[in-house]
Amino acid sequence: MSLILALDTSTDACSVALNADGVITSLFEVAAKSHTQRLLPMVDELLKAKGCELTDLDAIAFGRGPGSFTGLRICAGIVQGLAFGASLPVIPVSTLEAMALGFYRANPDIHLPLAVALDARMNEVYWGLCARSGELVEPLVAEQVISPDVVVASTEVARLHGDFIGIGPGWHYPAMQTLATVNKVLNVHPHAENMALIAAKLFAEGKVVSALEAQPVYLRDSVSWQKRQRIRDSNDFLV
Amino acid sequence: MRVLGLETSCDETGVAVYDSERGLLAHVLYTQIALHAEYGGVVPELASRDHVRKLLPLINEVMEKSDTGPADIDAIAYTSGPGLVGALMVGASFGRSLAYAWKVPAIGVHHMEGHLLAPMLEANPPEFPFVALLVSGGHTQLVKVNSLGDYELLGESIDDAAGEAFDKAAKMLDLDYPGGPQVARLAERGVDGRFKFPRPMVDRPGLDFSFSGLKTATLTAVNANKQANGLPDDQTCADIANAFQAAVVDTLVIKCKRALEQTGMKTLVIAGGVSANKKLRADLDSELAKIGAKVFYARHEFCTDNGAMIAYAGCQRLLAGQHETLAINIKARWPLDSLSSL
Ligand SMILES: Nc1ncnc2c1ncn2[C@@H]1O[C@H](COP(=O)(O)OP(=O)(O)O)[C@@H](O)[C@H]1O
Ligand SMILES: [Mg+2]
Repeated sequence: MSLILALDTSTDACSVALNADGVITSLFEVAAKSHTQRLLPMVDELLKAKGCELTDLDAIAFGRGPGSFTGLRICAGIVQGLAFGASLPVIPVSTLEAMALGFYRANPDIHLPLAVALDARMNEVYWGLCARSGELVEPLVAEQVISPDVVVASTEVARLHGDFIGIGPGWHYPAMQTLATVNKVLNVHPHAENMALIAAKLFAEGKVVSALEAQPVYLRDSVSWQKRQRIRDSNDFLV
Repeated sequence: MRVLGLETSCDETGVAVYDSERGLLAHVLYTQIALHAEYGGVVPELASRDHVRKLLPLINEVMEKSDTGPADIDAIAYTSGPGLVGALMVGASFGRSLAYAWKVPAIGVHHMEGHLLAPMLEANPPEFPFVALLVSGGHTQLVKVNSLGDYELLGESIDDAAGEAFDKAAKMLDLDYPGGPQVARLAERGVDGRFKFPRPMVDRPGLDFSFSGLKTATLTAVNANKQANGLPDDQTCADIANAFQAAVVDTLVIKCKRALEQTGMKTLVIAGGVSANKKLRADLDSELAKIGAKVFYARHEFCTDNGAMIAYAGCQRLLAGQHETLAINIKARWPLDSLSSL
């Protein structure tokens, strides 16, 4: 028995969902570049529609990544603020697993494993393999950020003998086309509904963290970071 | 009214609690200087990542230090611009949602207004109206401050900001990032007058500044005296730093005096990182005394970025009835004179 709010802004999509003992309600928008404007109003709208207060919740779940760095931080920042403010535990959920669950829920007859790929730019993808596990999903490999060439050559993929479906926008890379010419669905995005479902199980298992530990999982931790010298310039006064 | 203030616009995470009755109750600051030092400048992505890790521990610390519980907080103020977008988003997202959870108003604060008002945190605060010199890594501006929120630009740098010039001079002298304080320290050991650098634009009317020519003069002096290791000897470096600092300070002092004369005001406020500079403070003190004017500045730690100035500015705007909607708005670019007067 639990009441869990889930938030996600890991991609261009922005979504919030409430899981009340398995009954899901949600709001979803494609809001590229306006996550900061939309997320909190959507949280408020959903809670009000269900007649709940933050303090009625058992936990807050969020899409912890991988995904857009800025999107992940907006979500983590908002979740930290809500969870710290309302003294709630937090449940970080993988965006790749949430995508896989969303696909399975939309396609109840499909039982093949899913190869999930989000575009990580710089000719790389955020990559994971998932299988059905009861009503939910289980990961088959550790999530990674890798180039399409490495995906194509990977033993985990070879072991599937082509019996899988590729999902997610990361499948647009030409190198990946050789792997799954037919069985791929690019138009699959993370959705807070699926995070709320996964989170309920994690909550039951006690897999919660504190607000402080609500941190993004970037996967990409070392690139040649671009420095910027001038932070505020005089134009801030007169534009 | 008690306000929690959050500053995350660049490479410092600052948190403070200000009370309109009792003044500043506590402030804490975490600086990322070491994180960025190896890159020789701020790396936005790394700065943003660090803010998400540091903000909550700092809030716990400042609440404890100020003996403040959630129920004691009347509003949350956060820097909403100008600055690095990603870094601003961390503080704003966190601050706005914490205010929502605590059911108190949220206030987005203009970073430069924060700097401008920082001297108000001192025992002997200046009174409106006054002329303000904003001198930081990104700004060199003279502003006529009529009242809270009512600002008019009098003049500004047409090229480098004063802090930026300090940082560039530091690089030429092979000093660590951020170089301003290091140049100032080295200058103290320098011999006055061994080098003489130009005071750009002082003999022209108007209140604008230019510091890029000074950069060239500094580089010429360094190159003319360099040894096998590519640098002048230690004393010469100090003498160059001394001449550089003297030129910047003289220029700022001349323009500040001129701004006071033009506006007929007798109060000058200096704010921003470079206002920590000892020579600038001393020279303004003595030069302004000659024309019957007085200079106000914040204590050293409130010259550079900090949470206290944000909590203070936020509190003033709260008292004037300002607050944010649930939409979180960040402005990387944000003209100070577009603020609403209160
Ligand atoms: N004592 C000093 N003398 C000269 N410049 C200084 C001194 N202390 C700090 N600075 C300069 O102040 C700037 C940082 O100030 P800050 O207000 O944080 O700027 P910004 O917010 O624009 O980055 C840097 O350019 C630094 O070199
Ligand atoms: Mg500053």
